[in-house]
Amino acid sequence: MTDLFLELNCEEIPARMQNKAIADLERLFLDALSQGGFAPKQSRTAISPRHMALEITGLIAQQPDTSEERRGPRIDAPDKAIDGFCAGAGVSRADLIEKDTGKGVFFFAQIDQKGASLERRLAEMVQDILSQFPWPKSQRWGRSRMSWVRPLHRVNVLLDGKAIAGQVDLGGSMSITFGAETEGHPFYTDELISLTDFDSYVNDLKRSYVIVDAAERRDLISAQAAEKAKSAGLNLRADDGLLAEVTGLVEFPNVLIGKIDDAFMQLPAEVLVTSMRVHQKFFALNESDGKIAPYFMTVANRLPDSETDALIIAGNERVLRARLSDAAFFYETDQQQKLEDYLPNLEQVAFYEGLGTVADKVERLQKLIPLISDSISGCDTQAAQRAAALSKADLVTGMVGEFPELQGLMGSYYALSSGESEAVAVAMRDHYRPAGPSDRLPETREGLALSLADKIDTLVGFFGVGAKPTGSKDPYALRRAALSILRILDEADISLPLDTLFVEAARLHGFDTADADLGRFVTDRLVVRLRDSGLAYDTVAASVVDGDISQIDRQVKRARALDTVLSTETGTALIAGFRRAANILAAEEKKTGSIDAGTVNPALLAADEEKALFTAVEALSQASDETKGGLSKAMQGLADLRGPIDAFFEAIIVNAEDPDLRTNRLALLAEVRGAMMQIADFSKIEK
Amino acid sequence: MALDFQSILLTLQQYWAAQGCVILQPYDMEVGAGTFHPATTLRSLGPDDVWNAAYVQPSRRPTDGRYGENPNRLQHYYQFQTIMKPSPANAQELYLGSLEAIGLDVKKHDIRFVEDDWESPTLGAWGLGWEVWCDGMEVSQFTYFQQVGGIECDPVPLELTYGLERLAMFIQGIENVYELDWDGVPKDKGGKKYGDVFLRAEREFSTWNFEVAETSRLLQHFKDAEAECALLLAHEPPLALPAYDQCMKASHLFNLLDARGVISVTERQGYIGRVRALAKQCCEAWVGVGAESSEKGTN
Repeated sequence: MTDLFLELNCEEIPARMQNKAIADLERLFLDALSQGGFAPKQSRTAISPRHMALEITGLIAQQPDTSEERRGPRIDAPDKAIDGFCAGAGVSRADLIEKDTGKGVFFFAQIDQKGASLERRLAEMVQDILSQFPWPKSQRWGRSRMSWVRPLHRVNVLLDGKAIAGQVDLGGSMSITFGAETEGHPFYTDELISLTDFDSYVNDLKRSYVIVDAAERRDLISAQAAEKAKSAGLNLRADDGLLAEVTGLVEFPNVLIGKIDDAFMQLPAEVLVTSMRVHQKFFALNESDGKIAPYFMTVANRLPDSETDALIIAGNERVLRARLSDAAFFYETDQQQKLEDYLPNLEQVAFYEGLGTVADKVERLQKLIPLISDSISGCDTQAAQRAAALSKADLVTGMVGEFPELQGLMGSYYALSSGESEAVAVAMRDHYRPAGPSDRLPETREGLALSLADKIDTLVGFFGVGAKPTGSKDPYALRRAALSILRILDEADISLPLDTLFVEAARLHGFDTADADLGRFVTDRLVVRLRDSGLAYDTVAASVVDGDISQIDRQVKRARALDTVLSTETGTALIAGFRRAANILAAEEKKTGSIDAGTVNPALLAADEEKALFTAVEALSQASDETKGGLSKAMQGLADLRGPIDAFFEAIIVNAEDPDLRTNRLALLAEVRGAMMQIADFSKIEK
Repeated sequence: MALDFQSILLTLQQYWAAQGCVILQPYDMEVGAGTFHPATTLRSLGPDDVWNAAYVQPSRRPTDGRYGENPNRLQHYYQFQTIMKPSPANAQELYLGSLEAIGLDVKKHDIRFVEDDWESPTLGAWGLGWEVWCDGMEVSQFTYFQQVGGIECDPVPLELTYGLERLAMFIQGIENVYELDWDGVPKDKGGKKYGDVFLRAEREFSTWNFEVAETSRLLQHFKDAEAECALLLAHEPPLALPAYDQCMKASHLFNLLDARGVISVTERQGYIGRVRALAKQCCEAWVGVGAESSEKGTN
């Protein structure tokens, strides 16, 4: 068994690419080694900004030699055939052996193959994998023709602790010869570290001020941050995205805490947090009461040292002051005019080609609002319309220009300072929500209405000009818009006829009607959403009608109720009964054509079981008309059907000798099938 | 004692001269960044197989003007620019050495290389590299050029851009650019600060950029530059360098129009595309003519 240790040393790899890169490196080598027959067993990896390391253990160092005797053409075959055989087998004609197989005399070739050596094959693998590595963006350097994410300096390839011979050809007469040495932290040591194996590498690098394992670095940052926050009586504002990024920016983390000038604490907390995060990659902190604290945390890439730490903190504080002065400047100048005074500027901002300007969009939103707010009980239509009118004004303010992620939020702050009502401001703040699966819904009814209007307008508009998502490409996040609409309708329990609303929205865009694919697009998302929520595949299929978006809320509720019913023993029995009825009917319909429900003659119902089933199915038909009964009644009706169905099939022979009785019983089963299909498409249930 | 502004500039020149760079003077035209200097844009492409140069370049960004009232933003500032083709293997080391030379001890500060994909839509150029941070402040851009004027760079040049004012503010520990010590001469001996040299210019140019510039004339100048550029490119053989001057001119005029707020969002892309088309043709002409003249040289 042989162990491989591979180490790459390059200039700083962008933080966001590191996790995928090390996973790709591991996968590509495991695949290549498996395909080459070297049977890799286990692997470990580590990545830091300047280092990538991979260990693969349990490899076969030398594959056994093989020997094969291959039969060729008959000895009297034409020369062309014999030459062809020789070329294929890689032997000369003189080496061929003649043998009588009993069915004639044939040529045979003896083919001996040396077993592949890992060491020899590895050099090629390294060249192949490195020169075709799937970086999202890569570059050439010097005279190289090969690309890497940033200039690559060292390629170390070791088998059982020893460097193998070989090199990576970079093209342009540049190459890197395999070695067994790497660098430590570039600012602290020039000494090179000799490599042997993964464990000593990790330890030796640590002594040279590089913590090469990303998880260890992340945990170290978390622990240092928690400790520093605690000793200052503060709490860290959790930010996993930032933590992951910073982990990829440093090799030897040193968490430092600095002060924010009091003058800036009047800025909205979100502005402080965003400015610190986006520009400086600082963490924000909270006071014990949850309010933002006048402190920040930065993670330096170096050893702790009280003297230099103070210098570095002072430097970072100075930069932050400049950054926040900018933010304060925007905040102040943005408020020198009322929010509505920004509206004319929206006429200059294109929304999307063919969909007019943002000002046009705002106008459409205002017209859409009443069509939506009517379906949201307690929604203040006027406030929602006012919020719609102002909703995009912040896009042309300085602050949102600088921090696009503050859109909506800045609008609400500026609305309040312009004298707008709380209801308007909150709706504006929330109208981009939910921005993702983990994001909250708008808090108010007006916010819900505006969020729906915004997303419906976008969805209908983009479909209208043919900018539909294809495959994995969804540049305008239309799938997310559709999912957000569904989430709002479901979680806020809103009943909205999307079909007619889409048509209205399309007309506001100047289209004749809504795009034909929209209904299907939305119900496809609905199916995904319901499945993701844990409902069975077939239950969802039975409940969602493709392309029918007139009553989304009802489809959702039906799916959930059906799921509950079907997960009981009653449900299983019901399905069995349904299937039995459907099978009998299908066989009969094959012979005689369709059988109508509703033609049951009560006078011909003889047995008690028949009568009971008839009563139950009549009740279900009534209940399944949801306008009268509602879903729970329908579900109760379904459950109530189970006993009579079971009893019916137990006692009654459908195929009665009396043709009238027989026809009547078939009609009764047709009525059962019809009533059940009214509720959901039970034919799609597979259990 | 921290270096004064002009000493930082002089030290950088000396440092890069010692690394074998041709030390050039600023290009005598208004440009938005040191990259526009033909010593970078055109020389990144050819004809020399090796080209190492360094220079300071005043850069004009009309929209960044703040009438001298913002301590960090200027519509005219200095970039120090180094270009090394092919990019040296010890590029980062050389760069850190330049910081040491101007008195910035990299062992005492937090130096970080933060991803920055550089792209210039007007020059049809892109490259990969980093922003270099020192204690949280961006002090340089470090870029491996991959393409200029739509043409692949081979060999690959390294471009280093130092924001001199920021760097000097960092080194002098100053928070207001106008307070930078320019010459190291005491005030009572007539010593000058940055504001003594540039404050009035910031005020007057901000006013011109934002309020006074006659936009119809600027639009006409833009068209003129475009037409002149086309004329020079159509000449036989094409006059790449004079044509590129007109391209730089058009680019700056676009920036001025932008500051005046007369270019709508939709028009913006159109103007950028027009400048890019000029840059592209100039680069193509430069590469073509360069190849020809070097051939003649060897004959």
